[in-house]
Amino acid sequence: MSQSVQAAPATVPSEPSNRVKLGMSNRILARPEVGALVAAIIIFIFFMAAAPAFRSAESFFTVLYQASTIGIVAVAVGLLMIGGEFDLSAGVIVTTAGLVNSMFCWYLGVNLWIGAILSLAFCLAIGFLNGYLVMRTGIPSFLITLGTFFVLQGANLGVTKLVTNQVSSTDISQIDGFDSLANVFAFTIKVGGVTVWGTVIYWLIFVALAAWILTRTRTGNWIYAVGGAPDSARAVGVPLFKTKIGLFMSVSFLGWFVGMHILYRFNTLQAGNGVGNEFLYIIAAVVGGTLLTGGFGNAWGVAIGAFIFGMTSLGIVYAGWDPNWFKAFLGVMLLLAVLVNLYVKRLSTTTRKAD
Amino acid sequence: MTDTLADHADSQLIKGQTLIEMVDVGKSYGAIRALRGISMKVNAGEVTCVLGDNGAGKSTLIKIMSGLHPHNDGRLLVDGKEASFSSPREALDHGIATVYQDLAVVPLMEVWRNFFLGSELRVGNYPLARLKVKEMRAIADEELRKMGIVVKDINQPIGTLSGGQRQCVAIARAVYFGARVLILDEPTAALGVKQSGVVLKYVAAARDAGLGVVFITHNPHHAYLVGDHFVILKLGSTALDGTRDEVTLDQLTAQMAGGDELAELSHELKR
Repeated sequence: MSQSVQAAPATVPSEPSNRVKLGMSNRILARPEVGALVAAIIIFIFFMAAAPAFRSAESFFTVLYQASTIGIVAVAVGLLMIGGEFDLSAGVIVTTAGLVNSMFCWYLGVNLWIGAILSLAFCLAIGFLNGYLVMRTGIPSFLITLGTFFVLQGANLGVTKLVTNQVSSTDISQIDGFDSLANVFAFTIKVGGVTVWGTVIYWLIFVALAAWILTRTRTGNWIYAVGGAPDSARAVGVPLFKTKIGLFMSVSFLGWFVGMHILYRFNTLQAGNGVGNEFLYIIAAVVGGTLLTGGFGNAWGVAIGAFIFGMTSLGIVYAGWDPNWFKAFLGVMLLLAVLVNLYVKRLSTTTRKAD
Repeated sequence: MTDTLADHADSQLIKGQTLIEMVDVGKSYGAIRALRGISMKVNAGEVTCVLGDNGAGKSTLIKIMSGLHPHNDGRLLVDGKEASFSSPREALDHGIATVYQDLAVVPLMEVWRNFFLGSELRVGNYPLARLKVKEMRAIADEELRKMGIVVKDINQPIGTLSGGQRQCVAIARAVYFGARVLILDEPTAALGVKQSGVVLKYVAAARDAGLGVVFITHNPHHAYLVGDHFVILKLGSTALDGTRDEVTLDQLTAQMAGGDELAELSHELKR
């Protein structure tokens, strides 16, 4: 027996020799964000040509700000989708985060920092609950988070009406802690006469952090694995439960973060806000090359997806067109992105399977 | 190849020493009894073949050993101590590694990431510690090469490898991470003749390196090529249990083909 065992290496290596090695172009095409990058450049050139108002640095940073308010949560949603799950409550949790902070402190007259921390704990608990229910029951996250979405949407309105007797939260700018919190979550800096919102900087930090986590840490490996093949991942000892619940909690954490920004920028919140944004996050992720079924995608792609969103939502305004067309445009973008992704993926995998 | 396997295999393993012992083990899923009264031993340096038709309880048996589902009857002894695993991680910590037929790898992930999945090398033990990407690439490539598996690009998704190569990567991975017991779930089921041969050679090499191997299959010819001990399961209980000296290939084949039922059937269908 050991005779045949030692003879093995001589025969085996010849086997894959007829495999085709990928060319550089194919390897670049196989990256998830390439389709989005090409689309972003085309759209950018298009609006540069079509909308004169688009051409200033000021409007470029307004576009970046617009992109950042969607992009920050979209980063976490992208990670969650790579991990194979959805979160439809990500849009309203932003509003919930602000409302909890605002109304708790207004009602009891306590420092806003206490409310902000309470709101953080509350959001993380919702994220945990989402993840826990999905993992415990095995019900698709689409349904579980659709449930939490409606619960939060209703509770946002109901509780706000009970506490303030109207559908928006009250003025909190005179309560202790407002200025310091506004300095953290809603600051701006001037760069050469151009206003840059702090959220743009936060956005870049979160994207870079997510990109680092995905490709350079064990957690990232586990995120890809639980999304790509959950059973295989579990069988080699990846903690499925912890990884997925962590992903749901990071979505609610970044939802809280944007909620804080909106609260301390505008001071009062409309309780019905945030509905529909969950789809913008998902669109940003999908346009950025994230696979709907999980296991594929990256953070920079999601960021480019959010940037495309920012460009089109403002570009249409700058060009002086009827902004009502924006959603139609977004829909077309989504379809094109899905088609490009499908095509690119087929192109990059079939060539490799040439044996 | 034998050298590499022997290099990584636990040097404390003594041939013939019992690694896993099952005493009267049973498992029910709700009202359904999938397994009852199973007693078997897995010894170091031996291949224990578990054979059986679809639904005979083979999968349930390995799920108990690999920690996917705990048993609810009888006793499972690992190194003489009673154990009941609640997760695959626990079984792995006891040196019991399982290579599944279909859920062995994550297809869209790179070969080296798959090789180290669940046991990644990191620069420190804090959250977000950097992975040692370069080392992992190099080690994975070198280990696979030493075991006779050459992949063109260690960065290619493992889904682009052939079925036999994927099996071998999974086995190489288990051995590299210090498996003492290797459970192989139908590793040759989806493979052609040549590919099966490659996998069977690894099974033999693992055995020669002193590992305890549990080889699940429904191909008696493959089993007889490498096996030391044969257990045939039928409807959740043991139908045959014997060592290589006590069982012939014909007996195995006959039992697997249906045994007594087949004789009855041929009587009924007599023309």
